Amino acid sequence: MNRNLIIGTVLSLLVIFAALLSFIWTPYAHTEMDIPNKLQSPNWQHWFGTDHFGRDIFSMIMVGARTSIAVALVAVSIGIGLGVPLGLTAAARKGSWLDEFIMRGNDLVFAFPAIVIAILITAVFGAGAINAIVAIGIFNIPVFARVTRGAALSLWERDFILSARVAGKSSARISFEHILPNVMNLLIVQGTIQFSLGILAEAGLSYVGLGAQPPTPSWGRMLADAQTMVSFAPHLALIPGVAIILTVLGLNLLGDGLRDYLDPRLRIARS
Amino acid sequence: MLRYFIKRLMSLILSLAVASLVIFLVIEVAPGDPASFMLGINAQPDTVAALRTELGLDVPKTQRYLTWVSNMLSGDFGTSYTYRTSVATMIADRMWVSLPLAIYALALSTLIAFPAGIYAAARRGKAGDMAVMGVTQLGIAVPNFWFAMMMVLVFSINLRWFSAGGFAGWDKGLLVGLHSLTLPAISLALPQAAILARVMRSSLLDILGEDFMRTARAKGLSRRQALWRHGVRNAMIPVLTIIGLQFSFLLAGSIIIEQVFYLPGLGRLVFQAISSRDLIVVESVVMLLVFAVIVVNFIVDLTYAAVDPRLRSRT
Repeated sequence: MNRNLIIGTVLSLLVIFAALLSFIWTPYAHTEMDIPNKLQSPNWQHWFGTDHFGRDIFSMIMVGARTSIAVALVAVSIGIGLGVPLGLTAAARKGSWLDEFIMRGNDLVFAFPAIVIAILITAVFGAGAINAIVAIGIFNIPVFARVTRGAALSLWERDFILSARVAGKSSARISFEHILPNVMNLLIVQGTIQFSLGILAEAGLSYVGLGAQPPTPSWGRMLADAQTMVSFAPHLALIPGVAIILTVLGLNLLGDGLRDYLDPRLRIARS
Repeated sequence: MLRYFIKRLMSLILSLAVASLVIFLVIEVAPGDPASFMLGINAQPDTVAALRTELGLDVPKTQRYLTWVSNMLSGDFGTSYTYRTSVATMIADRMWVSLPLAIYALALSTLIAFPAGIYAAARRGKAGDMAVMGVTQLGIAVPNFWFAMMMVLVFSINLRWFSAGGFAGWDKGLLVGLHSLTLPAISLALPQAAILARVMRSSLLDILGEDFMRTARAKGLSRRQALWRHGVRNAMIPVLTIIGLQFSFLLAGSIIIEQVFYLPGLGRLVFQAISSRDLIVVESVVMLLVFAVIVVNFIVDLTYAAVDPRLRSRT
């Protein structure tokens, strides 16, 4: 096992564990206000200190992990759910009008950065975590479509696919029975990277008020709240920021580690 | 090359047309009538109707879309529902902050990434390479708006070298304006520099394995001379592409950074417009950002095709 994979797995599991644990236990209720104890620095009672309402930051970080993970996970699922079938179809119909249509559509979606999609959606439907999910999800679709198409195109030239075609299998069946399992490794790696980008994007959107709204805790919102207090309570900004960095770093290292681990050429070199 | 140019130009026009249609349709879905919103709940129906006519809201959607597009082409983005002033003027005023910020960030990102990437590639596998790769890995993971807050804490609040927010204005001089944009530009440039340094490194490592590099060494050039004369120049092609693509990301990214530093740019304009439901401003700013991304991609494609003739025949 390579070092990136180990560090990435440990960091990612730690965040997932904190998020899952928050469903059954947090040191304090994350909404519980305690004004007399507001703006405390980290101490034995409140490991990460308290915010301007006296709420326990450790508990808010744990619950905030839920929001980050949920938004990024659903957004990646949207990207995979729509992007992968589009990429498989484009590859199966390489050179046809359908391939051209899908790929030009991809280019068009790429022209809308997640923040721009979020602005449009918020202007119409108002702010909320769902908007962040949709905005990041839409942005993920062309990413997965391109990766899948690129990998699938070379597979369509391989002998085992030719055998499947000779056996009379349809393009759709070949795509799902033979191509998809062979691009799965690549999708896992890309999924990990998009997941980490999703965490960053969610934090950014929540920070500017386009994502999760109070009382839903979110790391980005915590940073927005901390902005005016950073001079006298820097821990309010420091802690959610470090939580985001460790999560994204963990997922990026996991992605790098998985790529090395799952790449057959590297595996042969290792053995 | 001309055939490729015409094909890409047609694709550009089509992309812009479809993007404008998508933006127009999404904004059309928005609930509420702008005229009623502008006049308030006590407005008389005939006054609302008169304003609807004035704003061109009483004509069919198809005609409104075509009018919107043709007006945009002539530089007329309509009138703000809230401020009753020209949207084009509002955007132009804000662009004097957002555009220099994106350019400044791009310059910084390139200035940081090039030496870092070249240094790492030249010391592949050694401590220097590992250090650069570690820092860039961290740089990619840092949210730029958080980094901006930390810089405000250190350089504005503690050291008092920079203002914590606001924009002094270009009329006070170029250096004063650039000084106001320095912290925002650094925070915007950091993650992009990390990505660019990694691209520079891997592109250079690919080139270092090429036959012509071995020939350069066999000719008697030192490793450093071969790297600078032949390696860096050839590694620039993919790097320049990434730089081009980064510009549009920086322009969109400045929307968030402007919030940290209270800069009067496009970001603040669009957020004010969202809160006051000034949808014509939102529509125009979004169209402008998407236009920038599509046009920059077009220019990148052309530049790439100009330096790599294989691409022209492939597409």
